[in-house]
Amino acid sequence: MALVLTEEQSMLRDSARGLISDKAPVSHLRHLRDSKDPTGFSRELWHAFAEMGFAGLLVPEEFGGSGLGYVEAGIIMEEIGRTLMPSPFLATSVMAASVLSRGGTAAQKPEYLSKIANGSLLATLAIDEGAKHRPLQTGLRAVRAGNGFKLSGAKALVVDGHVADLLIVAARTAGAAGERDGLTLFLVDPKAKGVAIERTIMVDAHNAARIEFANVEVTADSVLGEVDQAAGLLDGVLDIGRGAVAAEMVGLSDEVFGRTVEYLKSRKQFGKLIGEFQALQHRAAELYIDIEITRAATMKALQALDADVAKAASAVAVAKARAGTTATRAVQEGVQMHGGMGMTDQFDIGFFMKRARVCEELFGDANYHTEQLARARGY
Amino acid sequence: MSDSESADLSTFRDETRAWLEANCPPEMRKPATSDADVFWGGRNAKFSSEPQRIWFERMRDKGWTVPDWPKEYGGGGLSAAEHKVLRAEMARIGARPPLSSFGIWMLGPALLKYGNEAQKKEHLPKIAAGEIRWCQGYSEPNAGSDLASLQTRAETDGDDFIINGQKIWTSYANYADWIFCLVRTDPAAKKHDGISFILFDMTSKGVSTKPILLISGYSPFCETFFDNVRVPKSHVVGTINRGWDVAKYLLQHERAMISGMGERGVGRPLGQIAADSVGTDGQGRLDDAMLRGKIATFDVDEAALAACAERAIDLAKAGQAHPAFSSAMKYYGTELNKRRHEILMSAGGVDALEWESERSRQGARARAWLRTKANSIEGGTSEVMLGIVAKRILDLPGA
Repeated sequence: MALVLTEEQSMLRDSARGLISDKAPVSHLRHLRDSKDPTGFSRELWHAFAEMGFAGLLVPEEFGGSGLGYVEAGIIMEEIGRTLMPSPFLATSVMAASVLSRGGTAAQKPEYLSKIANGSLLATLAIDEGAKHRPLQTGLRAVRAGNGFKLSGAKALVVDGHVADLLIVAARTAGAAGERDGLTLFLVDPKAKGVAIERTIMVDAHNAARIEFANVEVTADSVLGEVDQAAGLLDGVLDIGRGAVAAEMVGLSDEVFGRTVEYLKSRKQFGKLIGEFQALQHRAAELYIDIEITRAATMKALQALDADVAKAASAVAVAKARAGTTATRAVQEGVQMHGGMGMTDQFDIGFFMKRARVCEELFGDANYHTEQLARARGY
Repeated sequence: MSDSESADLSTFRDETRAWLEANCPPEMRKPATSDADVFWGGRNAKFSSEPQRIWFERMRDKGWTVPDWPKEYGGGGLSAAEHKVLRAEMARIGARPPLSSFGIWMLGPALLKYGNEAQKKEHLPKIAAGEIRWCQGYSEPNAGSDLASLQTRAETDGDDFIINGQKIWTSYANYADWIFCLVRTDPAAKKHDGISFILFDMTSKGVSTKPILLISGYSPFCETFFDNVRVPKSHVVGTINRGWDVAKYLLQHERAMISGMGERGVGRPLGQIAADSVGTDGQGRLDDAMLRGKIATFDVDEAALAACAERAIDLAKAGQAHPAFSSAMKYYGTELNKRRHEILMSAGGVDALEWESERSRQGARARAWLRTKANSIEGGTSEVMLGIVAKRILDLPGA
């Protein structure tokens, strides 16, 4: 398959870009931050997303979705990255929709997927526990109790955790932290007894939460996939999330870069446009090349996910690792080349720097994914 | 391979895979390890092995030395999608290119775009069939990065030009049959405007070459001298004095070629090669954490660049490529290849330092390492590439 967008995909990008740039420029995020908005995103915009078919983009048509693929999801994520729009799209429409489609039972799928598609249900995965992304280190315990399970432990960096209507929790039903066997995914009602949710205000002003589970009772029906055997399902959905975040970072990097190049063409010092200085030209050119290479690697990963999620791991690791280093470089050069202006809160560039830092930690940073590639290649 | 692949393409893939399985000798499915493994064609060409000959002839007969050139010029006439399938299927079994040639990579594309019908009919089939080996007369002692300041002059004498001057860094000029050459045909014009792109036989009276010994101990480049060389004016490609257009177009192809020079994704992973000398710990990890990290970072960048190279071709076929993008690829590909060889030298340690032993295959690793230092100079330096990206793609101001 060619690594260029098809006509339909270009149309999808244009309609997403139209909506997002019109309704949610960076000032939208700034307003949510400054007003300490309790929801952290715009429900009105989310309904517009649902009406355009974006909320259910990955949901199969039989459950009211658009039945599109990960390349298309990446297109939306890239546009989100351009304006930093806070949106349930990643947690609900990409991660939750994928894990339910791929692992849900015949009863679970119609119940949840149709609500995701029509925009009435927000869901999120709760996986990370420590400071760094280490999914196999999951230690939150789920012990059998009667007909169901009791969950005890804590999760961190749960995206949209304080607004979600459904939590999908990775728990350990057997084995010890670090082992692949013994992981199970549970569907948990955030209002259930024993669930304590603390919204964490993060550096990027996007939604996240820490969630504690104290003997939270769930029924056997709330298991997603197979007991003890969730590692494979989790690998897949995490790779899907990584591909999506890589796409967001490509959009973010490209936007910062575009703004920076415009600045180089308008700012004068020493009687010259600063873009005439070779020191800056070469750095700008290197950054452009980095972004284009990362864009291609990300498209490759998303196509690999569409072809077969189980075989996409290396392509995804390459994309997420590259996206991390590229976005980091883009925002650093963005601030540096904007000089003192780049350091002001009034200027938007700082928002991109903050979001890039969070995206880098989401689902594994560049070091994590570089390590994964080394292991996959047997050294 | 993918769901959306058309039935026709799927059939082509099956047939191609079967044909390659049946026709590519096993010896030609291993990475080339020396110059002798590369077949360059030409009047004096010799095959280094029987499998090399068989593989070349079979591919030539299908037009697959130049799969996407039109059939009438000796090509395979494949569509962009078919060509991509063929590349993927060759890569799948590790098949070597049957023919390496500056005619294929550089002159051919320029002739297809700028050549007249007689020139195309004369030269393209001989390139496709590996009958004529070409070299490139671009750089001069005082025209390196500033190529357009070249001084080799071509003066009118009736229907001919008389060419005098000197070229340098002419790759394999001592083996080449013909040269495509930049000459100044109007010394009064501005420097980009008085240049012509001309073709002539290296056996012409007045042409001589002198190999240059490089730090690698090899002499892949020559000085090339022209002393009253007579060439018919009909050998000019494109318009007289408009040779810079042809030159630039050809450079895009040259840069694309150089960016792909690294042994990308073939053979054993770099980390495993390093393990031979560095050793591994109890978990099978390289016993040098810093080197392991460098290799893994390299692998990430290499895989990403491979995706970008694939996308660059797809964009070009879709008519969406920026013409200067080959400069971006050239910059990154050559810098990456230098990184690869620094890693190989570091991993090899003392063993990689031997220069003349049988054990080291006459210092193969060290000589290859030194050779790669030219990658970011030849075909336009890295600094020139970044300048082109800054000005032509990013539209940054200044000279």
